[in-house]
Amino acid sequence: MSKPKFKNPVVKWIDYRLPIFTFMDHELNHYPTPKNLNYFWNFGSLAGIALVTMIITGIVLSMNYTAHVDYAFDSVERIMRDVNHGWLIRYIHMNGASFFFIVVFIHIFRGLYYGSYKAPRELLWILGVLILLLMMATAFMGYVLPWGQMSFWGATVITNLFSAIPVVGESIVTWLWGGFSVDNSTLNRFFSLHFVLPFVIVGVVILHLIALHRFGSNNPIGIDVKGTQDTIPFSPYYTIKDLFGLGVFLTFFAAAVFFFPNFMGHPDNYIEANPMVTPAHIVPEWYFLPFYAILRAIPDKLGGVLFMFGAIAVLFILPWLDRSPVRSSQFRPIFKIFFWVLVADCILLGYLGAMPAEGIYVILSRIATAYYFFHFLVLFPLLPYIEKTKPLPISISEPVLSGAATASAFATREKK
Amino acid sequence: MSKKSNPINEKDDSKRDFLVVSTYALAGVGAASFVWPLIDQMNPAADTLALASTEIDLSSLEEGQSITVKWRGKPVFVRHRTPDEIKQAKEVLIDDMRDPQADADRVANEKYIVLVGVCTHLGCVPLGQKTGDIKGQYGGWFCPCHGSHYDHSGRIRKGPAPTNLEVPSYKFLSDTLIRIG
Ligand code: HEM
Ligand code: FES
Repeated sequence: MSKPKFKNPVVKWIDYRLPIFTFMDHELNHYPTPKNLNYFWNFGSLAGIALVTMIITGIVLSMNYTAHVDYAFDSVERIMRDVNHGWLIRYIHMNGASFFFIVVFIHIFRGLYYGSYKAPRELLWILGVLILLLMMATAFMGYVLPWGQMSFWGATVITNLFSAIPVVGESIVTWLWGGFSVDNSTLNRFFSLHFVLPFVIVGVVILHLIALHRFGSNNPIGIDVKGTQDTIPFSPYYTIKDLFGLGVFLTFFAAAVFFFPNFMGHPDNYIEANPMVTPAHIVPEWYFLPFYAILRAIPDKLGGVLFMFGAIAVLFILPWLDRSPVRSSQFRPIFKIFFWVLVADCILLGYLGAMPAEGIYVILSRIATAYYFFHFLVLFPLLPYIEKTKPLPISISEPVLSGAATASAFATREKK
Repeated sequence: MSKKSNPINEKDDSKRDFLVVSTYALAGVGAASFVWPLIDQMNPAADTLALASTEIDLSSLEEGQSITVKWRGKPVFVRHRTPDEIKQAKEVLIDDMRDPQADADRVANEKYIVLVGVCTHLGCVPLGQKTGDIKGQYGGWFCPCHGSHYDHSGRIRKGPAPTNLEVPSYKFLSDTLIRIG
């Protein structure tokens, strides 16, 4: 590749000594990207923007927040009423968390559909799952900070999950709390961790991007880039596409922030925490609901916790569970159907997580949980032996430039 | 499309320039309007502004006594001046002062002088409120940090401070009750 030419003498001077501009030009400007990416490839950059938004609004919130059981709730109310634009900043942070999860969930399902986790992108995928875990920890601890009823009882229930661990469980929970219940020490450490974890996420995101740029993006047909005819430079083509996507995203985001700011929250969190009274029906934030449903589906304390964490653990080993060499679902007719079943299953689990744990809901939760693990542990490894995949096109340019028919004829020959 | 297509590139370029510039301009306006709330949140909040006035009862303040009250997190000096102090403050020539101002322009009732007790040099609290304090060459207040001397009217007479001690805005609600702020 030709060396980028910078006209600005200051840029030139710096770049000669510290090739940061060459690096950026290479990774953000010329970066060759498959030319057939669809809008599902927007969600990565959206997630990055969501992370930055969370960090900026978070830092600003911290300037006005007091991490003490006697003041936390009031300080958040003060942010809402007295601090200049405090309501706006808090609503952006609060809804930002939800939108961040929406974006990341779509991003993950995109990866599942197009087989983006397969070789050579296993580490890229694993880093992504790690980001999801860190996000969940961050969001959980953030939700504790306003010190409402849901904050307090959510913190109590989730930290108590660790008491399921045999022998040392109780001591771990006491250690997590720094006392004998969720109290001031717990709030203080959660604030500290909630502040720092997003920056850890930034670090993992950087690793995620380094891994991505090693082999470049996967694409809707899931075959490797064969040469420059299959790619276009990232700028301006994908910068513009990402920006357009951002505009659409911000429209929805702004609509939520300005018109339905509490839609995804729970009214009980506007009641100050009371360690003496548990609300009648406690639920976690919506993005935890599928996992919460799995927890409640298992009629055993330790079992429930193991299955809940297992639901994420299976994602870590997914690259080795799926034995099909074909990446994209477009060429896997059976897998494609099951993909949508999995999506429906996750939505169902989310719904069940919000319902009371009784009667039909328990039974449905068990079926949905069973399907989830069946999908990952049985279907992924075995399907390739049964499924007859469709012929792959010879290259990314091929199905675009000439008819798909000739392309597939080549593909069958090439598949040897 | 309505006109015949123009093969000259310059025309296209200027259209493109227009698009690019207007896109940047809009993005700039958007970014600025997002950044403003983030900056403005550091300004005093509504509850802080609401605390911005303080009432002081002067009925028990005898001649020659001073009190210090907190207003907006800062000390406010109130001194019940003696007739001698008032005389000195009124009669001194103001022309060669650094920040010339007549005593009458600095008091509402000449018996009481009300001042923000923050040295106009670099913000220390001057001495002179307590009986034993050093009051400086002009008998009013003396800032120990870098040696500014203030007179009975709180005017700067000697030392590095550039201006007189500030007189806050206040009102007599009755003969012996004032509200600051
Ligand atoms: C991964 C990024 C982040 C996520 C997912 C996240 C999530 C959350 C959530 C769900 C809440 C509770 C919202 C509510 O109900 O009021 C919250 C509150 C809070 N967060 Fe974050 N946060 C993130 C980053 C940060 C950062 C970087 C900081 C500080 C540097 C921060 C500071 C705060 C503060 C002070 C609160 C309490 C005020 C409030 O409740 O609105 N957050 N966060
Ligand atoms: S601060 Fe008072 S003299 Fe410098």
